[in-house]
Amino acid sequence: MRNRLKTAVRVSALAALMFAAPSVAMAQEVNLYTTREPGLIQPLLDAFTKSTGIKVNSIFVKDGLAERVAAEGAQSPADVLMTVDFGNLLDLTEKGLTQPVQSAVLEKAIPANLRSGKGEWFALSLRARVVYASKALGLKSITYEELADPRWKGKVCIRSGQHPYNTALIAAYIAHHGEAAAETWLRGIKANLGRAATGGDRDVARDIMGAICDIGVANSYYVGLMRSGAGGPDQAKWGQAIDVVLPTFQKGGTQVNLSGASVAKHAPHRADAVKLLEYLVSDQAQKLYAEVNYEYPVKPGAGVHPLIAALGSLQVDSLPIGDIVRHRVAASRLVDKVGFDR
Amino acid sequence: MSVEIGAIIAAAVLLAVLAPFATLAAVAWQSSAELWTDLIGYVLLPASVDTAVLLAGVAVVTAVVGAGLAWLVTAFDFPGRRLLDGCLLLPLAVPTYIVAYAYLDLLHPVGPVQETLRSLLGFEGPRDFRLPDIRSMPGCIGVLGFVLYPYVYLPTRALFAMQSASLLETGRTLGLTRGQAFLRVALPLARPAIALGLSLALMEALNDIGASEFLGIRTLTVSIYSTWVTRSDLAGAAQIALAMLAVVLGLVLLERWARQHQRYANDAQHPRPIVRARLSPVAALAAIVVASLPVVIGFAIPFAYLADAAIERVRLSGLPGSIFVSLRATVIYASAATLAASAIGLAIAYAVRRFSQRRATSVVILASIGYATPGTVVAIAILPIITGLDRAIDGAAHTLFGFATGLLLMSSGVGVVYAYIVRFLAISVGGAESALQKLPRTLDDAAATLGAPPRERLWSIHLPLIHRAITASAVLIFVDCMKELPATLLLRPLGVETLATLLYGEAARGTYEHGAIAALVIVSVGLLPVWLLSRLADYRP
Repeated sequence: MRNRLKTAVRVSALAALMFAAPSVAMAQEVNLYTTREPGLIQPLLDAFTKSTGIKVNSIFVKDGLAERVAAEGAQSPADVLMTVDFGNLLDLTEKGLTQPVQSAVLEKAIPANLRSGKGEWFALSLRARVVYASKALGLKSITYEELADPRWKGKVCIRSGQHPYNTALIAAYIAHHGEAAAETWLRGIKANLGRAATGGDRDVARDIMGAICDIGVANSYYVGLMRSGAGGPDQAKWGQAIDVVLPTFQKGGTQVNLSGASVAKHAPHRADAVKLLEYLVSDQAQKLYAEVNYEYPVKPGAGVHPLIAALGSLQVDSLPIGDIVRHRVAASRLVDKVGFDR
Repeated sequence: MSVEIGAIIAAAVLLAVLAPFATLAAVAWQSSAELWTDLIGYVLLPASVDTAVLLAGVAVVTAVVGAGLAWLVTAFDFPGRRLLDGCLLLPLAVPTYIVAYAYLDLLHPVGPVQETLRSLLGFEGPRDFRLPDIRSMPGCIGVLGFVLYPYVYLPTRALFAMQSASLLETGRTLGLTRGQAFLRVALPLARPAIALGLSLALMEALNDIGASEFLGIRTLTVSIYSTWVTRSDLAGAAQIALAMLAVVLGLVLLERWARQHQRYANDAQHPRPIVRARLSPVAALAAIVVASLPVVIGFAIPFAYLADAAIERVRLSGLPGSIFVSLRATVIYASAATLAASAIGLAIAYAVRRFSQRRATSVVILASIGYATPGTVVAIAILPIITGLDRAIDGAAHTLFGFATGLLLMSSGVGVVYAYIVRFLAISVGGAESALQKLPRTLDDAAATLGAPPRERLWSIHLPLIHRAITASAVLIFVDCMKELPATLLLRPLGVETLATLLYGEAARGTYEHGAIAALVIVSVGLLPVWLLSRLADYRP
């Protein structure tokens, strides 16, 4: 017994040594903290390394990225912080975790309303919140307001109201119509739900195919991911089972959200971090965003994937981003108040 | 090392385990109370109701399945009994979120089960006929119940195996049938084991984010999570977490209080095992079916689903090399945490053995609160501690040796191991404590009379008697660490993926099939220790 314990102590000491071995610093590298799934951004990072020779070390942190960077403080190895949703990007800036970047390349490539004036954050790609509909309906157009129409009772599928994609949509609704109207609208959608507000955006397509719902709200790029067969043959079937409509606000356009990035306040490789951002808005990278991820490139004039182009021409809602972000917490509270996810 | 030093070390470790809760309280303090009116009415109340319903359901399923089958394999003999005895633990190797994904896929209106059903019944499509959605409370209770029942089965089965046959026989001579003897003698005597198993199973259920959120059940844990994430309101989330913790502690205390005056002494010498009744062929067949069902639901079906998806994946794009790197990281973290947690658990349980029961109980409960806390919360609470230590080390190295160490602990994975220890210490403390409790105090007294110092008593008397229990808890901890997701995700070093984070990276963007290989490896690596566990639980010579 004692010997066995001694062995155990030796083994654990060895194990401790093994994972305490510090990583050897490379000549040129940049550290990326991202809330975007590795599978989505790896092709972009590989292309960056290939064209610049700069290695990218990345860590995918779904939630708590801001908390982690804040806790790490001045010693944080983070160079670039990448995330989705306006709110999350602004959060990083408001918590003082980013630093301003002046770059003619970035300023030229990204429209002024899609980056912070001080260069604290930059949008890299856009995605639209669209409506999936059963083919049987032959739906050609719809407004976000109409989602609350009682004609859809028991027919609507959507993921958790607390998901940033949905809180951003609800915040935009508040910006258009005010909080009271938004509450009525949200209660209307809640009454229309065909199943619990949960799962992901692809589940909306599958559930329409499975007759659980007739219409649903989901992001545009999933259409490309499903229909292209990138997600396997089953998902290809889900993608084919739906029509996709670009909805608009009654007096406005289609709600879009973004993915973006910032340079971390204490970035140890600041110059390379800026290089990575600049690469991500290059023609090559923007093309990858469109081709691999089926997103809308942020750079004016960069093409979209044919599967996305086929959805119709996107008329982006003209609300200023600040208006939407301001209502984000109110939107989240409304979701709780109307018991949307229950 | 004298016991006093041992007690001091145990106390120091206890402080380290409790430190995250101090930071949690500090975070909760930062928020205004203004939020509470909102939270209580709209979030806390409905989430508490849902949580209570879920836990009640899971309690019923795990208790009935776990204790019922433990009795079946202890008291009856039928072909395949030994094999099933081992297999009944297999669901332990499967993370709940994987089981939830698997069943939604299989039972969805466009999935294979309903498609087959429709073609058998002659229905055209899902518009004409479909079954109720699994994304519901009953679905969630079923998934969690059939994955978590081994937590009850394991200790109850071990206790039945140790139970002296003479008590049951006394009952039988007094005219009880076999069934009555089970209900009125064996079951009440097994209460400590069932309670221990239930408390583990329920805390797992309470902590679960993956399966519950996926199946649309907004438990308290899910609410904590969305309050933090969507409102960037960490303080509010910490407040809900503390409120939840208070409820859990209340429940644990209540359970302890309910059985504080009962002592479950065994005739420790040589309990004569229960003689198994041989079943008639028909009854044996029924027993086989009943005992296989939980294994099929909780393990075989999800495993077959994963294997199918993984094989398809390997066929399409080969075996990714990253799997082996991740496997290595997973095993290193899990082993380090298992060794540390086992040693600490034993130290604490041994240190409190000489305390009064009341004091010992409170220490054990304190050591266990990490188990009742969601992994995300533990991770968030640990962040400032680890990075604070890192800064201290960096500063010291700078002053003393003139070089910077940077984030030494964070970048070496100590944060992950720390989180695992905080989360799963309850298993080793509970295991060691309950095993030590079964040893009569007379054993200590006799050894002391013979002049054995405390240290000698631990090494040559207690450890040999409880090493099975310790190994069994170690196995549970190892498997739990391998499956752990939220804390690993937040605290792992830059560039490191464990199997669970690798899988999650795919699942989070809806490409579950890409994660199938990682999922299959998690389950497969877990199988070996779980099988070992089944051998350990069999106390027969």
